[in-house]
Amino acid sequence: MNFETPDFLPVVPELFVLGMACLILVVDLFLSDRSRVVTYLMSQATLVGALVVTLGLSSPIAQVTMNGTFVLDPMATLLKSVVYIASFVAFLYAKDYLRARSLFKGEFFLLGLFAVLGMMVLISAHSMLTVYLGLELMSLSLYAMVALQRNSATASEAAMKYFILGAMASAMLLYGMSMLYGATGTLDLGELGARVQGAGPSSLVLVFGLVFLIVGIAFKLGAVPFHMWVPDVYHGAPTAVTLFVSSAPKLAAFAMLMRLLVDGLPGLHGHWQDMLILLAVLSVALGNVLAIAQANIKRLLAYSGISHVGFLLMGVLAGTPEGYAAGMYYAIAYVIMTLGGFGMVILMSRAGFEADRLEDYKGLNERSPWFALMMLILMFSMAGVPPFLGFWAKLAVLEAVVSIDLIWVAVVAVVFSVIGAFYYLRVVKYMYFDKPEDEHSLVAGSDLRFLLSANGLAVLGLGIFPGSLLALCASAIG
Amino acid sequence: MAFEQIVFYAFSAVLVFSAGVVITVRNPVHAALFLVLCFFSTAGLWLLLRAEFLAIALVLVYVGAVMVLFLFVVMMLDINIAVVRQGFARYLAVGGVVAILLIAVMAMVVGGDYFGLERTPVPEPIGEVSNTRLLGLQLYTDYVYPFEIASVILLVAIIAAIALTLRRRPDSRYQEPGRQVEVRRGDRVRLVSMKSEERR
Repeated sequence: MNFETPDFLPVVPELFVLGMACLILVVDLFLSDRSRVVTYLMSQATLVGALVVTLGLSSPIAQVTMNGTFVLDPMATLLKSVVYIASFVAFLYAKDYLRARSLFKGEFFLLGLFAVLGMMVLISAHSMLTVYLGLELMSLSLYAMVALQRNSATASEAAMKYFILGAMASAMLLYGMSMLYGATGTLDLGELGARVQGAGPSSLVLVFGLVFLIVGIAFKLGAVPFHMWVPDVYHGAPTAVTLFVSSAPKLAAFAMLMRLLVDGLPGLHGHWQDMLILLAVLSVALGNVLAIAQANIKRLLAYSGISHVGFLLMGVLAGTPEGYAAGMYYAIAYVIMTLGGFGMVILMSRAGFEADRLEDYKGLNERSPWFALMMLILMFSMAGVPPFLGFWAKLAVLEAVVSIDLIWVAVVAVVFSVIGAFYYLRVVKYMYFDKPEDEHSLVAGSDLRFLLSANGLAVLGLGIFPGSLLALCASAIG
Repeated sequence: MAFEQIVFYAFSAVLVFSAGVVITVRNPVHAALFLVLCFFSTAGLWLLLRAEFLAIALVLVYVGAVMVLFLFVVMMLDINIAVVRQGFARYLAVGGVVAILLIAVMAMVVGGDYFGLERTPVPEPIGEVSNTRLLGLQLYTDYVYPFEIASVILLVAIIAAIALTLRRRPDSRYQEPGRQVEVRRGDRVRLVSMKSEERR
């Protein structure tokens, strides 16, 4: 049997994160609860190291290795880098929150690192096998993180719902993959694309498999009608976990969408475009309308996340390089905004007080004008008010949809985002025009305050100078 | 050929029958046992396809380990089946329509048209090969990357299981073998000098 040793160089970031995670696992065993901060620092150092390695390995041409199961291309480099940064920010926001609730354990950071590894595998997948394995590695870690707060009934319920629905979505995805494999006889996504092109777009079995693939992807993204888990999980999980679940995994899910549909099934673009239009329009409509009825800010952000996923899908469904770049730009912008949004919830909370009701934000301007301003920036950006980041992201995806003459989709999106502006503005009204109900001063540490300020200012800064990030996404798509 | 077909249909009939029983029978222990039968008939089908390693792994892993564990859990938990079955009639209409639609579409797709012998011909026989040997070669060469990821998933499962279940309770009693071994006679036995009693 002939066997050529694969090129391990492109896989070094994955190997580095795995090696460090195993090292931290062993080191954590010998730490007392007082020196647990070492685990945290090592996890953060791992993310920084992975970022350095990934950027060092970046190259403009795609390299496929590991017998065609792994690809390193500019898209993978960019998405992985954002995943590291988002996880770094999420871990930092989480630290004080976890400590105040005696959840500051090595498992949180370890499972987080393994989830990051899963996302990296998924982002670099070049075979249906690695797509599935990366997805499972990420999801299993996330299920466990949601359940980490064992004495909370809502967290256990959220974890159970997430786990069962997630397992069903994985089963759907696998069934779809088995159909595609049966019809084409290959797992390699590049090969699959070529064979699908040869089979012609009318092959019924391919479309049948595609439907199941899209169900699996839509579940992971949290698009309507596969969104039921999102509000319950975001609400039930500890805010620190919600922050993590809502940020970096969305990038991985976006990568899964790109790998499976754009790399694997470009020949079926006409079919998946119709399905994505349905998902996008439903998500934007339902997410924005249901968010109005929410009294809990974590549920509100969950429904707003669903509507953002709708916008993200609009970029991808266009099927043009500009559309893919716009979708990626939207995904990154959403991650920056959601990190800030849940970061604010963590900033406001303290031991025994979750700050997850909308009323808790009343009169924030009197208590802390600076963070009220940060929240204002985040809310305006999510609503899509110029000149903040969210506006340019929305503009980019709408341009992509209009360029393929789907003007009605763009009109629907604009109408519902105007409706959606109501609930963002209500938070702003609470902060600036109502009397505070809660007179406690904010207890967050200086690192959290600093990073949250930087996060808010990044939304403003990337909004005033929108060109660089968009250009980065465009060059990553190539 | 005819004999192979008879075996195939026999195993398939048992498989479909037992799969149906798993989800309709009232007693969860019976359901678990029928699932075992399901796995056995699937293993038989795989043997027929000359995938002997998969067949044996299915019996060893699923029947031998997973289902035994499952049975233990079912017997220990004493699940109230009446509560689980509540709302069955309410969801029957919607569930039934979805199931029928799904089966109809599957019947259109999964069949001779797309997966028949014309599209995927029988591979040429290449003489005596060992399934286990080839699988091992493939797993550790071409598929080493997915294989390692699968092992990381198992590691995560271990970490998650320990993180979610291990808790030190102050009132729990446990043995410490290390301390038991270290014990010396002096720690447990106290020699008391007593005057022997007078015989009456």
